[in-house]
Amino acid sequence: MGDRTEQLNDDQLRKLLEQIVQRYGFDFRNYAPASMRRRVLAILQQEKLDNLPDLQARVLADPSAFQRFVHGISVSVTSMFRDPTFYLAFRRNVMPLLATYPFIRIWNAGCSTGEEVYSMAILLHEEGLYERSRIYATDLDALSVERARQGIFPLGRMKEYSANYLNAGGKDSLSHYYTADRENALFRQYLMKNIVFAQHNLVCDSSFNEFHVVLCRNVMIYFNNTLREHVLSLLHDSLTTFGILCLGAKESLRFSGIESCYVQLIETEKIYRRMI
Amino acid sequence: MNPLRVIVVGASMGGLNALETILSGLTAEFPLPIAIVQHRSKSPRDMLAVLLQDHTSLTVREAEDKDPLKPAHVYLAPADYHLLLEPGQCTLSLEPPVNYARPSIDVLFESAAESYGEGVMAVVLTGNSADGARGAARVKAMGGIVLVQDPHHSESSKMPMAAIASSKIDYILKLEEIASIMIDSCRLREGNKNGER
Ligand SMILES: C[S@@+](CC[C@H](N)C(=O)[O-])C[C@H]1O[C@@H](n2cnc3c(N)ncnc32)[C@H](O)[C@@H]1O
Repeated sequence: MGDRTEQLNDDQLRKLLEQIVQRYGFDFRNYAPASMRRRVLAILQQEKLDNLPDLQARVLADPSAFQRFVHGISVSVTSMFRDPTFYLAFRRNVMPLLATYPFIRIWNAGCSTGEEVYSMAILLHEEGLYERSRIYATDLDALSVERARQGIFPLGRMKEYSANYLNAGGKDSLSHYYTADRENALFRQYLMKNIVFAQHNLVCDSSFNEFHVVLCRNVMIYFNNTLREHVLSLLHDSLTTFGILCLGAKESLRFSGIESCYVQLIETEKIYRRMI
Repeated sequence: MNPLRVIVVGASMGGLNALETILSGLTAEFPLPIAIVQHRSKSPRDMLAVLLQDHTSLTVREAEDKDPLKPAHVYLAPADYHLLLEPGQCTLSLEPPVNYARPSIDVLFESAAESYGEGVMAVVLTGNSADGARGAARVKAMGGIVLVQDPHHSESSKMPMAAIASSKIDYILKLEEIASIMIDSCRLREGNKNGER
């Protein structure tokens, strides 16, 4: 991470974010400041710039620099079957509920490069529900959505993912779901056919359907309390009654306005069911 | 001087024992929140919080995103997440490892320095890594206090040495002395605020 002990000028940062809203309509002003500052410092380094006014000039003048900026801000780190116990609990406790629906709509909000989406597709496939499911996989970052659409992940990580998969109650072998070349694992076509990939910004875009399951894991950790509250109510409005809301392992509905509408389905996992 | 508002602690190899010693020296009246990064494996099912809770009357909890910071509470960085402090609350991040570590001590210390300025006391304990050195320098630069475990009395001296090399730190202490300095520093800074000293 190099030399980044220097401090960002808060006024300059505010100005940059304001200009970006005006020019591109992307609003990062309510992101959590502590990680925001780290991301912006990392972007400065990547762009080989040493001050915010220069970054501002570049990002405003050049849409591809703006895309890199978005990619830099969105922490795209993810993995397949991250938190295997979550997927295991989902398999055991949520799948039987979903099995009662003739058609299942799932929204994976903040899907990053797609590892989470393919994990869910495999789970649905193994529980015999994939054929009547549609997964909407969205993210703010167009570069990540594009990679998600391709379903190609580094082969080097498959060992870890296989272990996760088995701990998540996997019924087969993860390698049956992809073909490998020297460097990459390409996930099979039949897993993709019911996935719709799209760019969607949780800050300003509205709900686009009613879902039986919404997954939004490790996304709101980058938002401040105000924005988190806004996004939670957006997700709430996108869920059917008795729908399932899944958050990251270290997130919760505590202190939020929608908390009282939900029960936690499993005590140890952040799987909530909307009751009203 | 403004009062101290938060204590941040970084520990790596040998840290469990060190943390137990320090936390057992503090009582439930301790006036500040304490945030801790102990380098740990990815597995979220380890027992760190439970083990530490057995040794202290403070409330030990694995931090969740947006947890409000409360006095006499200990917030442990969860496995495989960075822990950052905002004014009044915890934030987590999945950004890539820093110094090969997630959670990283530098990330915690730097965020505390940004959010609390001179209200931070940072404590660097035993460890076989250089994590924490940069963060400790940042805490110092913002007017906070840095306290380092005496490398000669550390299970693993590399981390304390790196911190000592990084900036002009305030105290080098044996493990057994750390808790009482924490308590005294809180009183001293409080006293200053009230004009008692
Ligand atoms: C750390 S990743 C989480 C990926 C995955 N859900 C997981 O838990 O492994 C955070 C993702 O949130 C996305 N994100 C950030 N702000 C967003 C927004 N306003 N709308 C939609 N997605 C956003 C980022 O682009 C990034 O892909």
